[in-house]
Order: sequence, then structure tokens, then C-alpha cells
Amino acid sequence: MSVQQGVLPLNGQQQAFNPLNFRGDHLLVAQMVEPGSKVLDVGCGDGDLLQLLESRGVDGRGIELSREGVNHCVAKGLAVVQGDADTDLVNYPDDAFDYVILSQTLQATRQPKVVLENLLRIGRRAIVSFPNFGYWKMRLQLLVGGHMPRTDNLPATWYDTPNIHFCTIKDFVQLCDEINVKMERAVALDLYGRPLRFNAPWWFWNMFGEQGIFLLSRGQQR
Amino acid sequence: MVDRHLAHSQSVQAEEREHEADHPSSLVANFGADQPLALDCGIDLAPFQIAYQTYGTLNAARSNAILVCHALTGDQHVANIHPITGKPGWWETLVGPGRALDTDRYFIICSNVIGGCMGSTGPASTNPATGRPWGLDFPVVTIPDMVRAQAMLIDRLGIDTLFCVVGGSMGGMQVLQWSVAYPQRVFSALAIACSTRHSAQNIAFHELGRQAVMADPDWRQGRYFEQGTHPHRGLGVARMAAHITYLSDAALHRKFGRRMQDRDEPTFSFDADFQVESYLRHQGSSFVERFDANSYLYLTRAMDYFDIAADHNGVLAQAFRGTRTRFCVVSFTSDWLFPTSESRAVVHALNAGGARVSFAEIETDRGHDAFLLDVPEFLDISHAFLQSAAAARGLTPVRS
Repeated sequence: MSVQQGVLPLNGQQQAFNPLNFRGDHLLVAQMVEPGSKVLDVGCGDGDLLQLLESRGVDGRGIELSREGVNHCVAKGLAVVQGDADTDLVNYPDDAFDYVILSQTLQATRQPKVVLENLLRIGRRAIVSFPNFGYWKMRLQLLVGGHMPRTDNLPATWYDTPNIHFCTIKDFVQLCDEINVKMERAVALDLYGRPLRFNAPWWFWNMFGEQGIFLLSRGQQR
Repeated sequence: MVDRHLAHSQSVQAEEREHEADHPSSLVANFGADQPLALDCGIDLAPFQIAYQTYGTLNAARSNAILVCHALTGDQHVANIHPITGKPGWWETLVGPGRALDTDRYFIICSNVIGGCMGSTGPASTNPATGRPWGLDFPVVTIPDMVRAQAMLIDRLGIDTLFCVVGGSMGGMQVLQWSVAYPQRVFSALAIACSTRHSAQNIAFHELGRQAVMADPDWRQGRYFEQGTHPHRGLGVARMAAHITYLSDAALHRKFGRRMQDRDEPTFSFDADFQVESYLRHQGSSFVERFDANSYLYLTRAMDYFDIAADHNGVLAQAFRGTRTRFCVVSFTSDWLFPTSESRAVVHALNAGGARVSFAEIETDRGHDAFLLDVPEFLDISHAFLQSAAAARGLTPVRS
């Protein structure tokens, strides 16, 4: 019997970690996580962020919807399970993790509010990043072009996009306020993944931030 | 003439099979009257023996041992020529040099389950009290009993913690049972195409198989050895029915469709006109050559009784609470015997218990049997899981 050519990359522990290989938003998220903590990455894709986190001594777990993504992650030696953020988060007990991360996935969930509430039930903190629909190029395409915006980072057309709940940074801040979520840190990134000036006003971020990253915790009981 | 030849070869194989039950072509661990196996049914089984095979070398730290748990009709001959059938080991896709369960790197143990017929004490073994085969006097065993016996073997081999416990189907049940009964002794667990409890549908299929065996007049209330018969028709039918559950509609269609066997026209008889009939008959007849009918009754019963949650106040997550074992659960899309939903329930319980768990569903049309076949994605995931567990265990590759 011949040894089969592998169909998945078997680069689990052997891969050399080079931070330059990682996306800017992933590095920023990773910086928000304290080393040694326990993290759940919801919608972990191919597991790039989880690998980055594990290289920093974080105990990482993942949920991914696509079977292909899961199998890639497991082939990398990551603890990832196939599941759906909308339906499977309820199965996790309270306070199971130090951080729950939702990276570029919020806009693809059916019930973003419920998902967000679950993140902060399961984790003591949540880190959420999402594309900002209030970004000036988006506004311009709709205003001038009269068509649904498409960008390099969001190339899908309106009829085949998995992103069904777009929001702006302003919308998200409002939602956090509504469900009593405390914003511990917020960063807006430009098109190239570089952080914008931290002391800029919200309207500036909402206009020039291509995406937002938020470190959240549970607010005071009201 | 052909029939007589067939009868002769069957009787030869029956002798070989009976011989294997007491004097297996394997290593044997004997446990005397002072080391009984405490069975769930309340009986202490003593003396008893465990037949097992090993591959590879145990390292000095005794930290590289993997226990492979076999499925219902499997045995300890994972990666060597089978002593009765002469066929290659049943899991050579996974076990061997350079494979996921790398025999150059790990020390691999596989034992015949208690209640089996390949050398571990079971209904085909000689009952020391009577000098006759146990038959139905053998006590009913459970999956936890099998695992308890394996733990005694592992003790005998001087191994404290297993690097990994691996198995599919009934083997996967043993993997889960190991992780619940001996969490400290299981560093990692690879549970494939299995469940923490046998479903009503699966119990129903097993009952069908048992009834087929017991309806065969040659079964003789389980005393066929002494009476020189063997219920090969009943066991063959049981195997045929079970085999259908190991496949899928799509796989059967792809392999056989409605094609005829060595003929162009139907014979208007009950001959095996269709290829699929011929295939099933072959599956049935080749199975009876190597397997004991009573053993089939006992092992199917053990699977039926399996329900981990029931032993933990009905809460599955409770069984896994605080576990430090690294888990990998694998299911197959076309497996309707142990469907993905069963694996998902295990994963939810493991998550709720805070376990480190990976879970992959592999797309294939090959049904439950996929875990025994060359399914590259499954083999790669198993390989990667063991690699990362080995790194976490600090096992360095021994090969240059």
C-alpha cells in the first residue's frame, strides 16, 4: 500500500512562526489577549489567528462553520470544532473562557445581538472585529455609484455575500451601549490594517476606519 | 464435490478458530484467581486471559504507548497478517511505519476485547470449571468491562499513562470509556465514528443479528462446539444485515448499481443475480470463517448496554468535567450508523466540560466503514492530531 499524498497541510508544530506573516488585525487582536489565558475563537477560519495566539502561550480553541476550514485547523494541530456561532454558542457554559474572539464574523451571523450577548456570557471578555460599513469608500460607492459597495477586503456581490448584517462602527457602539457592554479598548484600522490615531473622534473613525476592533467586557449591572 | 470441499474448508477453519480462542497466535497476559476481572454484571471473572499484539518499541520513559481499541468484528491483528484469514491487518491504513500511528515512533498495543474470540477470554474459550467452551454460561460483558480488562493489561505492561487511545465504532466507545474511567491515564484520545450511547436504531439492528444467529438450528442454544455444528447461516445473515449498515446508499449504488453478477439476464430464481447480492453473501460467508457466533451475541450486547451519561446522572458533560485529555472526534458525512449528530453531542459535552477537543466531519460516501478505508482527509487529520499531541507530550521523533 502506498503512502497517500496528504491533501491537507501538515504544518502543525513544524511551521516556523514569523509574525510578519500575520495579518495586521490579527496581531492587534493578539496584543489584546493576556498570555496564558484561555481563548475561544468563534469563526476561526483556517486557524491563522489561533496559531498566532498559541505561539504566544495562549490555550486556544476554535469554532468554524466550514468543514474545509475545520479540517485545515485540525490538520494544524489546533483544537477546533465544526459549529455555528448562531446555534452552538448556547452549548458553552458561563465563564468558560477568559476571552472569546469574533474576528470578521459578526456581520455574517443571523443574530449579531444574541451572538454578542453569548460571547460575554461564555467569556469574561470579548474581542470583536468587523468591517466598518461607514467607511468613506463604502459611502461613496452607494452615494455616487448607486450600487452596493464592494472593496478589496469585501469583494463579494450582494447576491452571494455571506455578510448579511453589515454595521458601522457607530452602530456597533450603540449596540454595545444598548446591551450594557463595556468598551475597554477600541481601535480603528485603515485600509492597510494600520491603526488610526487613537485620540481621533468617533465620527472620524466611523468615516476613515476600514474596520474596527473592540475589547469588550460586561458592563455594571443596571 | 464443491460442497464437500467447502464443508471441509469450513471445518478446518472452525478448528483454527476454536484453537485461537484458547491458544491464540498472539502474546497472552494471564490473570489468575488472585486477579479477577470485576464485571458490571456483578461477577468476578477469574482466571482470564488477554490476547494482544504490539508494534514498535516502548521508550525508556514509557510515554509513547498507544492503545488501539478494535471494533465489533475486529481483533488484535491491527497491522500484521491475520492468522486465520491470511489477510493484512485491518488498520494498516493508519498503523505502520510513517503512518499516523507511526510504529517507528510509538509503541502500539491492541488487545482482543474480553468476550471476543481471538484469544481473550470469551464464550468460545474453555471454561476451566467444566472443561467445555463457556458458551452462554459466559457472563454478559460491557464496554466498561472491556476497558477494565485493558487497564489490567496496561498495568501488566508497566505503563502508567497511555499517550493515546484510538478506536472507531465499538473501538471509539472504548476510547470514550477510557477517557471517563481513567482520565489521568489517557493523555490524548482519538474517537472515530462512535457515540457515548447506542441508539435505539442500532440496538434494533443488533437484535436482528442476534435473532438470526439464534434462529439457526445449528446454534444449539450456544452449544454448537460440542455438537459439531456451527450456525454459519444465522451468523452469515447477521453479518449481511450489519454490513449494509456499515455502507451507504450512495456507496452501494456506486459500487454495484443494479448490475448483474456474471449474467446478462435475470434467472427468475432466488440465485444471486445482482452483484450486490453476491457481494453480501461473500461478506456473510467470509465472516463466519473467522468469527464465533456466541461472541457476536456478547459483543453486540455490550454495545447495546453502552451509555456513559446514564452512569453520570444523565448528564454527559459531568462525565468529562475537568478532564485534561486532548480529544479528537471524527465523524463521516455518510455514516448513518453513528451519524455526525452523535459525535456533535460528544463534542458539546466535552466543550461544556472544558476539554481540549478537535472535531472534524469528513466528507465521504463510504458510510460507517470509512474509518477502515483509505480516506486521505481522515488519515491526515489523525496524523496531525497525533503530531500535535506528541509535541505537547514532549515526544521527540526517534527516526533520523
